[in-house]
Amino acid sequence: MRLQESTLLPNRGRSIKRRRSLWLRIHLDPWLLGLLFVLMLAGLLVLYSASGQRMPVVTAQLTRLGVAVVTMLVLAQFTPGTLYRWSLPLYAAGFLMLIAVEVMGDVGMGAQRWLVIPGVIRFQPSELMKLVMPMMVAAYLHRRPLPPRLKDILVCALIIGAPVVLIARQPDLGTSLLVGSAAVFVLLLAGLSWRLIGFLGLLAAAAMPLLWLNMHAYQRQRVLTFLNPESDPLGAGWNIIQSTTAIGSGGVEGKGWTLGTQSQLEFLPERHTDFIVAVLGEEFGLIGMLLILMLYLLIVARGLVIANSAQDTFGRLVAGSITLTFFIYVFVNIGMVSGILPVVGVPLPLVSFAGTSSVTLLAGFGILMSIQSHRRLLAR
Amino acid sequence: MPKRRDTLKDTEQEVRVFRNRSLLAVLLVLLMSGGLAARLFYLQVVQHDVFITRSDQNRVRVEPLPPNRGLLMDRNGVLLAENRPTYNLTIVPERVDDLEATLGLLVDILGLPESDVAALKARSRQRQRPFQPALLLSELDERQIAQLAVNRYRLPGIEVEAQLLRYYPDTDIMSHVLGYVGRINAEEVKTLDKGNYAGTHFIGKTGIEREYEALLHGTAGLRKVETNARGRVLRELGRTDPVPGQDITLTIDKQLQQLGYELLDGRRGSIVAIEPATGEILAMVSSPGFDANLFVTGISHRDYQGLRSNPDLPLYNRAIRGQYPPASTIKPFEALAGLENGVITPKKTVYDPGFYKLPEHSRRYHNWLRWGHGRVDMRRAIVVSNDTYFYNLAHELGIDRLADFMHRFGFGEVTSHDVHGAASGVMPSSEWKRERYGQVWFPGETLSVGIGQGYWLSTPLQLATATAVLANRGEWVTPHLAKRIGDEPVEPPQVKDDIELANEEWWDLVYGAMEDVMTGSEGTARRSGEDLDYRMAGKSGTAQVFTLANDERYNAAELEERLHDHALFTAFAPIENPGIAIAVIVENAGGGSSNAAPLARKMLDAWLLREEAELDEAPIRSEES
Repeated sequence: MRLQESTLLPNRGRSIKRRRSLWLRIHLDPWLLGLLFVLMLAGLLVLYSASGQRMPVVTAQLTRLGVAVVTMLVLAQFTPGTLYRWSLPLYAAGFLMLIAVEVMGDVGMGAQRWLVIPGVIRFQPSELMKLVMPMMVAAYLHRRPLPPRLKDILVCALIIGAPVVLIARQPDLGTSLLVGSAAVFVLLLAGLSWRLIGFLGLLAAAAMPLLWLNMHAYQRQRVLTFLNPESDPLGAGWNIIQSTTAIGSGGVEGKGWTLGTQSQLEFLPERHTDFIVAVLGEEFGLIGMLLILMLYLLIVARGLVIANSAQDTFGRLVAGSITLTFFIYVFVNIGMVSGILPVVGVPLPLVSFAGTSSVTLLAGFGILMSIQSHRRLLAR
Repeated sequence: MPKRRDTLKDTEQEVRVFRNRSLLAVLLVLLMSGGLAARLFYLQVVQHDVFITRSDQNRVRVEPLPPNRGLLMDRNGVLLAENRPTYNLTIVPERVDDLEATLGLLVDILGLPESDVAALKARSRQRQRPFQPALLLSELDERQIAQLAVNRYRLPGIEVEAQLLRYYPDTDIMSHVLGYVGRINAEEVKTLDKGNYAGTHFIGKTGIEREYEALLHGTAGLRKVETNARGRVLRELGRTDPVPGQDITLTIDKQLQQLGYELLDGRRGSIVAIEPATGEILAMVSSPGFDANLFVTGISHRDYQGLRSNPDLPLYNRAIRGQYPPASTIKPFEALAGLENGVITPKKTVYDPGFYKLPEHSRRYHNWLRWGHGRVDMRRAIVVSNDTYFYNLAHELGIDRLADFMHRFGFGEVTSHDVHGAASGVMPSSEWKRERYGQVWFPGETLSVGIGQGYWLSTPLQLATATAVLANRGEWVTPHLAKRIGDEPVEPPQVKDDIELANEEWWDLVYGAMEDVMTGSEGTARRSGEDLDYRMAGKSGTAQVFTLANDERYNAAELEERLHDHALFTAFAPIENPGIAIAVIVENAGGGSSNAAPLARKMLDAWLLREEAELDEAPIRSEES
């Protein structure tokens, strides 16, 4: 037995090594890829139920995820150096498109977010900025000494501020805050001094009333409704009341797949898009919710591992920011649906029925895989 | 990676800072995830019961199932009130994309005027929740239903809904007996059992419908259904069936009722017929009648004004609320009062010079025959309806003894069992006058009462009841309208004691006199008593509407129609075994013997000879089949 084992071990070791090298050769991270596939699979399962068991919705989502996965695979093939060089041109292009939206954008759902080239494409420049923004800030800081000096911080503030204001004017407060936070994560990870963080925090608090004054009526209503959903049970509060009812009625074990009354009987609004996690909570209970949360945390953990093993400033900062932003999406969505955050239009990553968002997210993970798989062996 | 020489980069420190910040980020991520988990624990474990209840309240709706209202039938099972399915048009605003266009199309399809669109639009907004149906139109006809069915695919959110509606066939002749149902009004809602009436829209307003409302209505059921957010019922979770209201078989004979209505021929008047053995009301006619079906879904203002302003007062139930002077029809009862109180004997005579004078008074109280009937005994006084004899009798009896005796026959009070809204009439007495007017009774007033005039007022139902008790040799029967409720026979309480006279033969004496009214050579109604197939007892009456000054003569031609006398007649037959007692009143028709007696005779013929006719017919029918 002993003899056998010892003769087998080297073989096994070799096979693992060979497999790892295979993953490196196709520039993919097996851990991240596996976790993402499990997540997407779980998402499709929930989506089938949330769509009222309509298979066309599931296949449509499958197509979108397919496009997103291809985008991820393609992006993973670029070296971080290429991504670094593309940061400025992409940022400039995204900025110009935001201005174009400002001038001639298509109005959808009461907000002007889409850029349409008739017959060719409908495109949300703000989605592009979700990725390009952290890349641009990271690329800028890449060449500077860190922690960043005041001059560099001011430049970054300009890089961040201009697109954020444009997105906020569309108006899309949620996205503008998420885009902004993605860039701010870069600064924080780069070592922004605590004194400055405290100062900016105070500044943000002071800006709250200003923000309130510049909000649209519906945005204010959302905040007010968040603070007291019962004030408007048939209008804006309906969503929150129904989603918390769905989650709460699920209990520990849930009502069973496709058996949630809140979702199947259509009491739950937006049940297969932004509020899909309420379906999960109702049908799979606390156990299902904790499992999906665990899955997200594992992805975040893998992302942070990749960030920490990155070999240069750009890679570190981009990977860290993308990972943390991903978590923020999860937190904001579940927080909103469970009633501890105001309603903002953020889908649950890779689970909600959403095309553009899935592509952006998986593109981000493609960048992560690029950073992971293009490490120079010498440095190790 | 390009690297600029002029920047100072401390990679070691940079990596250290990043690692620290990453660790901090991990802490934050765990903290926030912990927050989410805590929130989920709160919702799904701590508050689970609250939310499971709330989600059930969301999806489970309890719908009332209104019971079907009981049917009304006549004593032979002929349907008098039924429930007919009618169709209403409803709209669920949430399911309509373009309200204006849909209503426009609807108006086109149904051929309604364009101007109705605005009204329909207003109705479609009645409901607070967009998924609840609002009533657009009620009582669609068959053509409209067909047109809607054909165009249904063009009208999403528009539904045709079936509903049972009360319907009264032959409504004119039955309207006062049955009454009618109407929509429950705000006043009634306050006193109703809300659970039992949750799905009920109509309630009995008058007549039998009102009197037996609780029995006719039945008990509401309910069903628990699962609905989706738009209110559509997906499945039934449980149900308690409603208990339908009970069918009521009335004592009324529809054919007799119809004959009475036709005999009155649109004139103002009333006929009430009672079976003396049981107190069952065989017919209770008030003319003119009205169309009770108008009231069911809500009568239009114009129709209602039409009924209200009709000078013949069709809504007025003369049979139970019309209070008339009973006039000479009460003379047989007075004769019995005189005998019982020892004021007269059958042999005692009074000389009638054509008038009566109170001792030590000069005023003359005239007999209807100006020159008088000469010497009259009790029998002749009834047969010729002599007034002087009864002036004398009443004077000697006194008002209070007279009133006491008449109360025993039910005059001056409500004695009926289930006749909604019956009036009590007036049986005057000295005490009554003191209470009512605070005045003493004058002897002259006794004389008026003695011939059924003055303060004495009686309803046709009271007259018929008293006649039935008279025909029964004093055995009291309580008049009632319901014969059976479901299969249970109705046994009304005996509200008054039987009348026992000191001498049983007095009944026969009075019957004999009343028979002579019909058949005697001097009988006032002898023309209506020709060729009788049974022994009939009757008494005519002519009630003055207009009080003539002393010594003034009544001249019908000179008086307005409304001031003409009311014609009255009471009768029962056969005398040896009475099957029917009747009271007939025709307003402003003139003398009772010539204007009311023929109607009574025809009613009696129809009732008493009918059964024989049916017996004759029966074998023929069975041979045919």
